[in-house]
Amino acid sequence: MYSQKVRLAPPALWGVVLSAMVALLSACSTTPPAALRGTGDLGVVIERADGNVKVVETSGRSVLATVGGLGDLSHASVVFSRDGRHAFVFGRDGGLTKVDLLERRIAGRVVQAGNAIGGSISHDGNLVVVQNYEPGGIKAFDADTLELVADVPATTEDGTRSKVVGLADLSGKRFIYSLFEAGEIRITDFSDPKNPVTQRFPGGKQPYDALVSPNGRYYIAGLFGEDGLALIDLWNLDKGSRKILSGYGRGEQPLPVFKMPHLRGWSIAGNRAYLPAIGRHEVLVVDTDTWEEVGRIKVKSQPVFAMARPDGREIWVNFAFPDNGWVQVIDTVTGQVTDTLQPGRGILHMEFLSKGHEVWLSARDDNKVVIYDTATKKPIGGFDSLSPSGIFFTTRAARTGF
Amino acid sequence: MKLPPLVAHVVVLIGAAVVSALASAAETLPASPDAQRARELVHIVRQDCGSCHGLTFKGGLGPALTAEALAGKPAEGLVATVIGGRPGTPMPPFASIVTEAEAEWIVDQLMRGFPPDAGLPQARSMD
Repeated sequence: MYSQKVRLAPPALWGVVLSAMVALLSACSTTPPAALRGTGDLGVVIERADGNVKVVETSGRSVLATVGGLGDLSHASVVFSRDGRHAFVFGRDGGLTKVDLLERRIAGRVVQAGNAIGGSISHDGNLVVVQNYEPGGIKAFDADTLELVADVPATTEDGTRSKVVGLADLSGKRFIYSLFEAGEIRITDFSDPKNPVTQRFPGGKQPYDALVSPNGRYYIAGLFGEDGLALIDLWNLDKGSRKILSGYGRGEQPLPVFKMPHLRGWSIAGNRAYLPAIGRHEVLVVDTDTWEEVGRIKVKSQPVFAMARPDGREIWVNFAFPDNGWVQVIDTVTGQVTDTLQPGRGILHMEFLSKGHEVWLSARDDNKVVIYDTATKKPIGGFDSLSPSGIFFTTRAARTGF
Repeated sequence: MKLPPLVAHVVVLIGAAVVSALASAAETLPASPDAQRARELVHIVRQDCGSCHGLTFKGGLGPALTAEALAGKPAEGLVATVIGGRPGTPMPPFASIVTEAEAEWIVDQLMRGFPPDAGLPQARSMD
């Protein structure tokens, strides 16, 4: 048996606690809480000319809000917090803006460089890292407060700084990126954020963008200055980097490249990677076991994005100016172009729903976002948007390299 | 009716001045494209050149193209870069997209501070 003494709090304490409870309850009743909702079907659309993002939801294909004041968003990109609530928007002007998708407002903003190109978030979600053109380097920020944690200049022996491209997250608070002028690949480890440690690897001539494979094993940097790509096996880092697809242009004069292609893990479907050729109207097909070319697919123009539908069955390709009104679909089983579409003028970006049944496309010159059913290849919705560019869904939060 | 000699001289002199002023203006000012093409060109330069040079031309992969950044640079060299590209860099030749006269007009507009984009006209498609 046990005995228990029940001690009542003194009346003064009750007075304080009760009045606090009443105050809190009345505060709740004066600002009725918004209906509860999850974040799994949310996303943002960049409106590049006006410094706005539209907060969208994909279940009803609707716009929830337009949030302004994000600066110069030409070439803006976005990563998400692990819970999908916050979008970190990287602007061209060096602005890093944290947008709360549930409250639909800016939750924090810093202007951290003169000229930036994108960013990434650590696997634990605590560090947001920005890749900068001017001054060249990367900077790490506390994802919660946006306070600067570390500044890692992309400096080489001659004292010059390079523009940083192709930044991606690796396991263990590490980030991998390429140096455009120096032609190097670097991995910076922020395990001790105040004392980042950087490893260097040879890359190639003028890397323009890069990807990390969805399993985090391979890093591939596209090269503008030479026919080929640089590859690092991140499970065998001691083996260093090597070139793949060397001489894919076969010595032919490259065609003008009016827009640099973009590389991400979406290029990989099954055991094949589908990579935009530089200066050629082709998509290169590579075996991801041997990293040998196993095919090339003729397409309408210079590919910018070659994106696998998440199930890997199709690759959707858009093109550089002046052919940016076209989209082609490649069947990965036959290796043939099966559809040639004109969804709108100035198709800058495509984003699939995570199971691939819909794709959202930004038609910049028509001031519209158009939505296609990937089974029928027909439009099934859309909405007005001023000069839309990137479209980013919160499902990216769960993926390495996004 | 006969003009007094003094008046006739003045008229001839003013006429000559006007003609030479117009001629020299034609020499230094590139011909303007028609309104629709001008709007297209402004859109192309703002948006598509803007992918590398920034929508506000403050630079990106390519250098800044603001009036301040271009001040003092010879226009002919800039026109040659637009038309022929810059080998060894990502700057492509735009000879298949714009004529030399249009490139001269674009460079002139850039050096004055480029006009804002009014969007791509609906009537003509870029495709």
